[in-house]
Amino acid sequence: MGTFILRRLLLAIPSLLGISLVLFTVLALAPGDPFEELATNPNVPPEVRMALRAQLGLDDPVWQRYIHWLTSMLKGDWGFSFISRIDVDQLIAQRVPVTLAVIGMSQLVALLIALPVGILAAVRPYSWFDRIASTLSFVGFSLPTFFTGLLFILFFSIYLGWFPFVFRSDLSETGFAWWVAQFKQSIMPIMVLALFQAASWMRYVRSSVLDVVRLDYVTTARSKGLKERVVIVKHVVRNALIPVVTLVALQMPGVFGGAIITEQIFRIPGIGSLLIDSIQRNDTPVIMAVTFVFAGLVILFNLLADILYGWLDPRISYR
Amino acid sequence: MAGSTPASATASPGGGAGPLAGGRKPVSNSPWAEAWRRFKRHRLAFFSLWLLGILSLMVLLGPMFYKVGINDIDFTARLSGPSATHPLGTDDLGRDLLARMLYGGRISLAVGLAAMLTGIVIGVIIGAIAGISRGWVDAALMWLTDLFLSLPQLPLLLLLIFFFRDSLKSVFGPEIGIFLLIVLVIGGLSWMPVARLVRAQFFSLREKEFVEAARALGASTQRQVVRHILPNALGPVIVAATINVAAAIISESTLSFLGLGFPPDIPTWGRILNDSRDYMELALHWALFPGMAIFVAVLTINFIGDGLRDALDPRRVL
Repeated sequence: MGTFILRRLLLAIPSLLGISLVLFTVLALAPGDPFEELATNPNVPPEVRMALRAQLGLDDPVWQRYIHWLTSMLKGDWGFSFISRIDVDQLIAQRVPVTLAVIGMSQLVALLIALPVGILAAVRPYSWFDRIASTLSFVGFSLPTFFTGLLFILFFSIYLGWFPFVFRSDLSETGFAWWVAQFKQSIMPIMVLALFQAASWMRYVRSSVLDVVRLDYVTTARSKGLKERVVIVKHVVRNALIPVVTLVALQMPGVFGGAIITEQIFRIPGIGSLLIDSIQRNDTPVIMAVTFVFAGLVILFNLLADILYGWLDPRISYR
Repeated sequence: MAGSTPASATASPGGGAGPLAGGRKPVSNSPWAEAWRRFKRHRLAFFSLWLLGILSLMVLLGPMFYKVGINDIDFTARLSGPSATHPLGTDDLGRDLLARMLYGGRISLAVGLAAMLTGIVIGVIIGAIAGISRGWVDAALMWLTDLFLSLPQLPLLLLLIFFFRDSLKSVFGPEIGIFLLIVLVIGGLSWMPVARLVRAQFFSLREKEFVEAARALGASTQRQVVRHILPNALGPVIVAATINVAAAIISESTLSFLGLGFPPDIPTWGRILNDSRDYMELALHWALFPGMAIFVAVLTINFIGDGLRDALDPRRVL
């Protein structure tokens, strides 16, 4: 197992390098000059500008700039945000926990919805429950998260007045009241993401359980006289979940996309809203760093899924 | 050639089945008619096809009959709800929402179709090359596919559009430039599942007897691919294409919703929804109609995809 994890870790390195290469190519191809402001500023003579360019390595060949950029990213030197007047890594470190908390909670809720519904639908295929669940799942993943988010705000915040629609990181309450306030302000973004995810996962769980249920070993388990409940939970679900894990991992990029939108709608101070803010303010170092962090998170979750996959399925050899 | 023996073995009962199938009155002879017959069995998909057809017709032909300018400002009718003069109400400048929605629908649907085509073409080409050439070409292309799959889509979309919109705008003009950029970027980030699908199809199809027969007759690789393998791999690709249209419409609306899609004076559905956010309490209809339009378009396309999946899978008995 140890060598398996190590191998996976080593395999993640070329992907990270590839992604960094893609990101850097985008940056390098992008028109526009970081010195545009200096160029239009009459107080800065052209010689100074040229000297600055040379000093900062802007005139080096592309591959040198890439290596330079990559090494400084690896050293943790992510640049300085000119807009927020703070180091980029500090800015991101402040924001990441919020994003991870919201995403983690919503994935958990999505699993809690998708697993039972998907299994029940597959146990009685083409029953009324299955039909309704499947139709609702279509509705669920056809509703864009930004529209669900707006509808939730409209209904729960404006019409019913139950939850605040602006997320605050500086809650004044303490102790138990803090938890209540935190719950009230997080429930809507978490549910928006969770319902969207649950809708597509439910379909995966359903079709995966349907595939497993007709296998011979399930018939054997039934004919041994095991209770249906035991057959489903102990025998079917465990095997059916294996492909679901991969699909969940493959969806991670989409999940982060959804998080960006929900953070924007509910004004959650996570890295998603940081990305949008910095794009609107032309804060290039932050944009690059946040995109890189997103890429890193996606690879991290793929890695976790791989390891989980190996743990769930003993047939996978740890080569 | 290990496959040659079973090929002849299956060929003779197949030949014998000819008159037998002829004796049973043939329902239809073309595979497309058969697929259509199966598709109609999926009631939700069939209904969705109609609904989407009506929606597309409205969007395409609507502006010919409903001649209200999308930028006609009328301050006397600000934020008014649906009425006889403004069937879907107005926005904060008193612009007619129906006209804007019809116009925006054209863009949203066009982006969806064009981005799908881009993605499918790239995906089919990469998948076909990987599927027909084994060895390092396949390995390299699949590495590239996996790399693209682990790219964070939305951040990268935002990044690309943020960086390139000004230069494309200056070359092609605001409307065409942004359209091209959005289509290329969305299509360029959605080909990966198609490539994997096509590759998997090629892997199984190229070992099939009919391909081997073509190879035995001396067909070039190109002919094998174009005439024999590709048409048989088309079913799953069509399903994926349908789903991709829905995904592209959502992507475009998301970009417009985040303020990075089309410029503010071009009303796509996502853009209208974004504009309505600050007035939600006052003008519910303003947010509801574009949101519903996106939802209906995406839902119907997804249902059609589901129906096509059932219809184009020959192993399924319906």
